Formats: sequence, structure tokens, C-alpha cells
Amino acid sequence: MEIKKLLIANRGEIARRIIRTCRKRGIEVVAVYSDADQNLPYVKEADEAVRIGPPPVAQSYLNIDTIIRTAKEKKVDAIHPGYGLLSENATFARQVEEAGIRFIGPSSEVIALMGDKVKARQQMAAAGVPIVPGTPEGVKNVEEALIKAQEIGFPVMLKASAGGGGIGMIVCRSEDELSKAFPSTQGRAKAYFGDNTLFLEKYIEKPRHVEVQIVGDHKQNVVHLFERECSIQRRNQKVIEESLSPSISEKTRSRLYEAGVQAARAVGYTGVGTVEFLVDQDEQIYFLEMNTRLQVEHPVTEAITGLDLVELQLDLAAGKLLPFSQEQITATGHGIEYRIYAEDPTTFMPSPGKIEVFTAPQGEGIRIDAGVEAGNEVTPFYDPMIAKLVVHGKDREETLQRSREALSAFQIEGIRTNLPLLKEITTDPQFVSGKYDTHFLMNRTNSTRRN
Amino acid sequence: MKTIAATMSGTVLQVLVQPGDRVESGQDVVILESMKMEVPVQATVGGTVKEVKVEVGAFVGDGDPLIELED
Repeated sequence: MEIKKLLIANRGEIARRIIRTCRKRGIEVVAVYSDADQNLPYVKEADEAVRIGPPPVAQSYLNIDTIIRTAKEKKVDAIHPGYGLLSENATFARQVEEAGIRFIGPSSEVIALMGDKVKARQQMAAAGVPIVPGTPEGVKNVEEALIKAQEIGFPVMLKASAGGGGIGMIVCRSEDELSKAFPSTQGRAKAYFGDNTLFLEKYIEKPRHVEVQIVGDHKQNVVHLFERECSIQRRNQKVIEESLSPSISEKTRSRLYEAGVQAARAVGYTGVGTVEFLVDQDEQIYFLEMNTRLQVEHPVTEAITGLDLVELQLDLAAGKLLPFSQEQITATGHGIEYRIYAEDPTTFMPSPGKIEVFTAPQGEGIRIDAGVEAGNEVTPFYDPMIAKLVVHGKDREETLQRSREALSAFQIEGIRTNLPLLKEITTDPQFVSGKYDTHFLMNRTNSTRRN
Repeated sequence: MKTIAATMSGTVLQVLVQPGDRVESGQDVVILESMKMEVPVQATVGGTVKEVKVEVGAFVGDGDPLIELED
């Protein structure tokens, strides 16, 4: 069944991104917004916009009842959850399904399975996908954690089973650190995710974070759309992503594709999804988690494949089959995405405020996905990411050169942003060499502070 | 009388001191949440806490008073 009217249960740049594809396809869009967001571009660009509550997310963008009621009132055929917020909330997906509205994403069962990190690990291990060594079940208490940690060997990563986005995980290098971290991590897991189950994994030293984009239809056809290298991170959140990964061997690359497709098949995945892996110094790969939604960094994949991933999502949710086979998909050139955060470039502290100037660069191979424009207020209620710069070139060198020019031309005033940091990274010898791991930004910050 | 003010706008996540507590300059006194990040607010001077002017869950603007100290 064709989708004619769609509600976007999200905000900012991703709402605007989804609107763009809906326009192209002639789909009518209903946007929802909190009081903090009424002046953002996506609210104006939607065909209709409905206020859903005050600024805090619990009272607006996470309010399932209000969002579903709005969807029913507006008689939409589908809800697109974007990323973050309710996008991986199985309860929301199920309630949308039960309301007779199409949820743009996989089934609520798959979301629930992949959202439970302990169960997801078990399922992947059973399917033959390599996982990080660790406890197959949650650990009940600190005594059990200490025994299991001895078996795995320090350092270990203590993780919340329901966690994600870098929240609810901590590296423990000794029994002492683990004993101290256990109660606080448990408390956090309960507070943030409503589930205090914790498990242990071996901590992989100097890993790279590489993810495979996969797409599947309801006939179990699954293909991959190559990988994204996401090792430039701060506080376990990505800052720069590129495709293809500049550092891994061709052999590792094909193993990643194979494992990614295998993971998606094992759960009967439908729609667009991402399988995240850690790659260690010996290029061993380990399943980390599966994101059952559109990723922030999906434009990097769009840059090299020429595909529109939101369009694919809409078609697959409408019951269509994959329009291509693996052999028909090719990667052309190199793509890099830079996330522009409203934050101090050295301390990474948030910088809310009014955007006085917002002038984005233009040019060949340059794409801007921005959630804001000049005159908008960046409020303290939401994620600090305000825009993404996506650069494409015939090879990594050309992409980097275009990136330097674009980042120099980008002007944002009124708030602090990480633009100066992004610009510096594009000339950093280690980044330019392509040989970097997830500690890149942390190491760099430490040495800047020492100097 | 000395005042410790919010260093940015955000929601009060935790208040780490109570009236009568002795605080040192540089000590974390309040944790704010701004843009999904926990931001500690530190005492800019030392003193004894006279009054806590905010509650957990309250929204504060940049520069709003959080804690009053006396010598």
C-alpha cells in the first residue's frame, strides 16, 4: 500500500531530511514540535505542524500517547521515527502497528530483540556472527561480576543491557574499579533505561568502530550498502564518519559485509538498518550492536551509492521488494560526514544560545543537512547536533580538500561550535593517513591540554 | 554573601550540597543537564552553604543563582 500522508515523530535536521524525500514522492507531511522548536525550519516546511507539548522530551517527543493520538487525528498512513527519541522504542512501534499505522522501521519484535543487548549478543553468537567475549547473561551482583571479570580478563567493559548512545557503559581496569562502578552504573541503567541489567564484555584496546549498512525486504532479501568508519568520537558519540573505511584490509571489509548481512538475516530484518562492529588491532571483528533505524550518518552512504535511504525505507515499509541485487550496487568515490555540534571545540561543553549567523558553504560534492537557520535559538533541551556537512569526491584526497574549503567557508556565529576542531582534524597527519582509532579525539585533547 | 550561579542554561539534575556544608573553591556543587550532557557547576569561591536556591528538575538560565554562601 502506498503511503500518502506521514507523521514525523522527530525534530531538527532529520525531520527536515525526511520532509525532503516526502516532497520528492508527493507524500503529505505532518510535523510535531515542542514549544522550544516552533521556529525551526522543519516546522515551517511541513504541510501541517502540530504542537505536542512543553520542551522537555518526556512531555513532548517521547510522549507516545500524544504522538499516536495526533497521528490518528491527522489520518496519516505512516509514522517515521527518525533516529534517537522513540526510533528504537519497541513499545512505541507496537502501539503504532496496533493503531493500524505503518511504522517506518522493522517490526516491534526485532526492535525489542536488538534493544536488549544481552539477547542480541546471544542471538548473534547463535547465528555465527563474531561477538566480543563476555557474559552470555546479565550479572546479578558485584560478586558475580568480579568472578566473571576474572574469567574474561581485565580490562572489561561494564554495560547496561538496555543502554545505547554511549550512556550506561564504563571501562573497568581492575577489581577495585569494577566494584566502584557497579552500583553507580546499575543506578544509571535503572534511571535512564528503566532496566538495571548489567553485563560484561572484554574491553577491546584501541578499537576502530566500523559499521555495515544493510537493507532487507519482507522476502528475506538482504544486501549491504558498504561500511562506514566511525572512529572519530567524543564521549562515545560520533563526530566524523567516512565511507569506505580508509584503514581496513579488503579481506576485513568482505568479512564485515558477510557478518552484517548474516546478522540481518538471522533476525529477519526488514527495512534499513546498521550493524556496528569493533575492529581490533589485529583486524578481528566483533559484533557490537544493531541499530534498527536510520543512522545520523546515512548521508555518507547516500554520497557513495547515489541512493536515497529514506526513500528505500518508505518503499520497504509499503511492502515493496528490494529494487536491486548486491551486484547492482556500486560505491563511487569517497564520502565524509562532519557533525556540527553547538559546543566548545576544546572542552566539548554545550553552548546553547541564539544563532546570529548561519552561512553554509556550497559547491561540488557538498551537501548540508541543517536543522537550524540564522535567528533560531539552540536550546538546552536536546542533542547539541545542529547540522551535518557531507562531502563527496572522486577519492579520499579530493574529499579532504573539499572538506577543508567547505569547513573554512562555513560561518556560524552567536554560539560556539566545533567547526574549528573539525577543520583542524582535516589537516591532522594521523587523520589524513587514515590510520586512526576511537581514541583519536581523546588523545588529541589530552595533548592539547598538556601543551 | 557570595553566590554561585549557573554557567549555562539547563535542568538541575543533582544538588550536591546542603545548608551548613562547607565548600571549597573548585568543588562541584550542582549538576546541570544541558543538551543531553551532565555539566557540573563548581564553586567559584569557598564558604558555608547558606541557601540552596534551586530544586532538582528545575530549569535554570545562564547566570541564575544556584547556591548562596556565607563566610
